Amino acid sequence: MERLVNLSRFTRAGSAVAVGVLALSLAACGSDPEPADATGDETTEASESGDDMEGGLSGTLSGGGASSQEAAMNAWRAGFQQANPEATVNYDPVGSGGGRTGFGDGSYAFAGSDAALDDEELAAAEAQCGEGGVIEFPGYVSPVAVAFNLEGVDSLNMSPETIANVFLGEITTWDDEAIAADNPDADLPSTAITVVHRSDESGTTENFEDYLYSAAGDVWTTEPSGVWPVDGQESAQGTSGVVGAAQAGEGTITYADASQIADLGTVAVGVGGDFVEYSAEAAAEVVAQSPRTEGTSEYVYTIELERDIEGTYPIVLVSYSLACTTYADENTAELVKGFLGYLASEEGQQAAADAAGSAPLSDTIRQAVLPGIESISVG
Amino acid sequence: MSTTISRPPARGSRRRRSSTTDRGFNRVFRWIAVGAGATILAVLAAVALFLISEAWPAIMASPEELASGVPRYPEDTSLLGYLGPLVYGTILAAVLALVIAVPVSMGIALFISHYAPRRLSQLLGALVDLLAAIPSVIYGLWGFFTLAPVLTPFWLWLNDNLGWFPFWGGQASPTGRSMATVGIVLAIMILPIITAVSREVFLQTPRLHEEAALALGATRWEVVRTAVLPFGRSGVISASMLGLGRALGETMAVLMILSPGFTYSLDILAAGQHQTIAAYIAADFPESTGLGVNTLIAAGLALFVITLAVNMAARWVVARRKDFSGAN
Repeated sequence: MERLVNLSRFTRAGSAVAVGVLALSLAACGSDPEPADATGDETTEASESGDDMEGGLSGTLSGGGASSQEAAMNAWRAGFQQANPEATVNYDPVGSGGGRTGFGDGSYAFAGSDAALDDEELAAAEAQCGEGGVIEFPGYVSPVAVAFNLEGVDSLNMSPETIANVFLGEITTWDDEAIAADNPDADLPSTAITVVHRSDESGTTENFEDYLYSAAGDVWTTEPSGVWPVDGQESAQGTSGVVGAAQAGEGTITYADASQIADLGTVAVGVGGDFVEYSAEAAAEVVAQSPRTEGTSEYVYTIELERDIEGTYPIVLVSYSLACTTYADENTAELVKGFLGYLASEEGQQAAADAAGSAPLSDTIRQAVLPGIESISVG
Repeated sequence: MSTTISRPPARGSRRRRSSTTDRGFNRVFRWIAVGAGATILAVLAAVALFLISEAWPAIMASPEELASGVPRYPEDTSLLGYLGPLVYGTILAAVLALVIAVPVSMGIALFISHYAPRRLSQLLGALVDLLAAIPSVIYGLWGFFTLAPVLTPFWLWLNDNLGWFPFWGGQASPTGRSMATVGIVLAIMILPIITAVSREVFLQTPRLHEEAALALGATRWEVVRTAVLPFGRSGVISASMLGLGRALGETMAVLMILSPGFTYSLDILAAGQHQTIAAYIAADFPESTGLGVNTLIAAGLALFVITLAVNMAARWVVARRKDFSGAN
């Protein structure tokens, strides 16, 4: 009798434990961060030639690099594959560093990178592509907006110094004199300013810090890096995170990809004595007017971004597209040529602008890089 | 010493019995069971080995190497000094969750087992189990978009009026994305586990104990206090440890809700003060390379050690109480 009772007790306890274990395992499923990209597996395959079709291109093209380009890249892939139904383009958003390394050792036929190749990387890439055979141009330019959530205020003027002081936590209320001086007409409340920054390491953070460092170097003295340098402030994961957090609180200010800021107010940034509201055109203009890096080979169009050209919007993320002028495999060469040609075309740039809110490539730069793309061949 | 050692005759007969019955599928199943048991050990060993071997470069690296190779690594800090606030944040989050969840869970479990009408208790039991099936990312989204804004006025009020209390001091976050909110979300996440296990344990209180208490004139509450709770104590402790284990390792909800920082602060209402190990790994892994990854894995090793220690402590507590709890 006693035995029987014991037995049933154990089964019930067992079921309770089973419930617990089930709950735990479910929790484990839920807590896995999602893989960065579903196509990650395929991109490791080398580019293989497919059957040549008459008309459109065919085969598989593999590239990788900056994750900032991912949304635009999806638009380009979709557009290119629509025009060439037999072709497949894969892009592995491993990060800029991974993209440059992968391009240098030949595992990616093309790559995206938030920074231009440095001398060492260029040497590796030239060893892969052949002397002077690297194509590099700012294919993706993404404006970063300084956005805030303040009842009844849609736009504010701020000089670079003011922005730096706000983000450093030196200016603590919205009716601070420094802000009021540039906004005589605005009705500023005495709400406390809450800075929201990216909690993860991010190219947007690095770019925004780089802007503050170069435009307000007296105030912002820390070297730019992907990690936010000020401690004890509010932060959130990813672009959607900071935007969500900014929307949740009153008096918040953040920086985010300009296409993602939803209904937050934006800061018109002080450039050379004037204030420029964010727009795709103003952002494209800063890239067009910044001088090209001197002493590069013919098809390497990198720029020295200048953050103080009047009438342009200076906070932009410039992300480069990388390719070779010669490929060992004819099919790969044709695919890269077709794909980059589409990427740099007005149509392709417009597709990226629609999908990712990027600023379109200027005609000057397009004219400079198209001959390079046209010259891609087997070698 | 002259006593002759008499061999127990049972031994031979047992051997004969085992040899006659251990054949066919019986033997196969024995090996399947042994294999399954060994798999646990093998997996655990493999994970531990992986953690140690991958964390090794970070453990051996000098503070200078770490500072240059790992993003957000401060100058002149040892690896332990760097991971310390993370360990603190992890334990703080789990303890907060436990402090909130255990009383509530015991209340729910007692209500289901001893107070609710039969039908209601079945329905409630099923609902609690359902709560356990909600993925943590959903809790994260809910906490981020709904709970944090709802709690914010309450946190600000606490901060304004009871700010002298150590936990509620500092500058309260105007977005509510603080450790306090995380503690509540984690508490809700571990509630079902603790409730489900406690309920089963309470239900097994010997009927005779309860009836004896009632016969002595005890009220409902006195029955619970004198018969049910002492009987279920070790069960509730092990249930809490199961919950604690989940709270320690919870990633997604913390990652989405908490505004992280690396300090030993007590201010659970403030933003940018705490971070848990799991959320730290998930947040920084995508952009990490080389030594950065090693450091993340070293943090993972710390979490592994903490979880192991918690589990062993729980086992020790349960084993110590086993003899007189009446549960066995």
